[in-house]
Amino acid sequence: MGLLALFRRTPPSASVAKERLRIIVAQERSARGGPDYLPLLRRELLEVIRKYVNVDPDAIQINLDREEGQEVLEFSVALPEKAARQPGRKSSRQ
Amino acid sequence: MTEIIVVTSGKGGVGKTTTSASIACGLAQRGKRVAVIDFDIGLRNLDLIMGCERRVVYDFVNVIQGDCTLKQALIKDKRQETLFVLAASQTRDKDALTPEGVRRVLDELIADGFDFIVCDSPAGIEKGAHLAMYYADRAIVVVNPEVSSVRDSDRILGLLASKTHRAEQGNGDVQEHLLLTRYSPQRVGKGEMLSVEDVKEILGLDVVGVIPESVDVLSASNAGTPVILNEDSTVAQAYEDAVARLLGETLPLRFVEEPKKGFFARVFGG
Ligand SMILES: Nc1ncnc2c1ncn2[C@@H]1O[C@H](COP(=O)(O)OP(=O)(O)O)[C@@H](O)[C@H]1O
Ligand SMILES: [Mg+2]
Repeated sequence: MGLLALFRRTPPSASVAKERLRIIVAQERSARGGPDYLPLLRRELLEVIRKYVNVDPDAIQINLDREEGQEVLEFSVALPEKAARQPGRKSSRQ
Repeated sequence: MTEIIVVTSGKGGVGKTTTSASIACGLAQRGKRVAVIDFDIGLRNLDLIMGCERRVVYDFVNVIQGDCTLKQALIKDKRQETLFVLAASQTRDKDALTPEGVRRVLDELIADGFDFIVCDSPAGIEKGAHLAMYYADRAIVVVNPEVSSVRDSDRILGLLASKTHRAEQGNGDVQEHLLLTRYSPQRVGKGEMLSVEDVKEILGLDVVGVIPESVDVLSASNAGTPVILNEDSTVAQAYEDAVARLLGETLPLRFVEEPKKGFFARVFGG
């Protein structure tokens, strides 16, 4: 790494790549072998949530955990900052 | 005992054929009887990399359809006595490959006493790639240190764990190995490229080899000589190590560190 690199603000692109891969691989692995309806479920959930809050597609995390004999489907939805919570209701009626 | 090894990746152009040729050649150099099969129907390439393109008379599909015997279609390598190439067909449609047909050819090679059958997979996750991996005992998953290649190879891992004969029969897992290729230690050092450790951690695989990025690969393919035979090349040495690891040896990784730079290069960046 050269001296100039020490002053660089943005993180090196390889660590960005690693972080993105970590998330997408984990997500795809948890959907794998799981029920076929997961992608559709994810899409429909997103539509329902968007009637109320304007969230991004990547704000919804769905995880399927298998623990001794039982499966747990886990959702989490990251809500946007107040300012961005906009008119879900209106747009969904169009 | 014959071991069937598939060289696979999901993504195209990452180095599967280069790897198949060098691994097959390296195994043969160590006295193993090896058949290497091109599963890329319609896009025959392995024959060129092996330098036997003008000796292809019959191909894989001809054997499956009974146009010739397996013996007639196997091309004996000019350099290695114990190495044989089965070329992909160039023109026929992809449906010509069937699981039963593939099984018959593999069984005949097994009965003939081959030690290794190396299956060079086409890209993608469709039928050709599926057939190439279906009967495998082991898989070499070829990955470039780059996001789309890593993601695609993870999908391939999913298929290896569910859509192979071993998986379907509950007959033990396909043994999976990571081969990271087109690796540039300089770029990793600068934080521009995913490192071996990064890829290993994301995919959770054991590393069978790290092959440096090098122009030697192009000159080897120009010449029709598997790059592993270019003894002066770090690529060849890295493939030699991979072959040794496949055969059970434990070796430290080479060519993964940046070459040491002088003072000025370090201060002002390289
Ligand atoms: N270690 C390497 N360094 C530089 N170029 C490489 C290396 N490995 C493969 N290549 C190049 O990448 C391209 C694709 O390789 P190939 O083996 O045909 O990939 P695939 O069979 O996965 O499509 C070729 O042009 C090859 O020369
Ligand atoms: Mg290829």
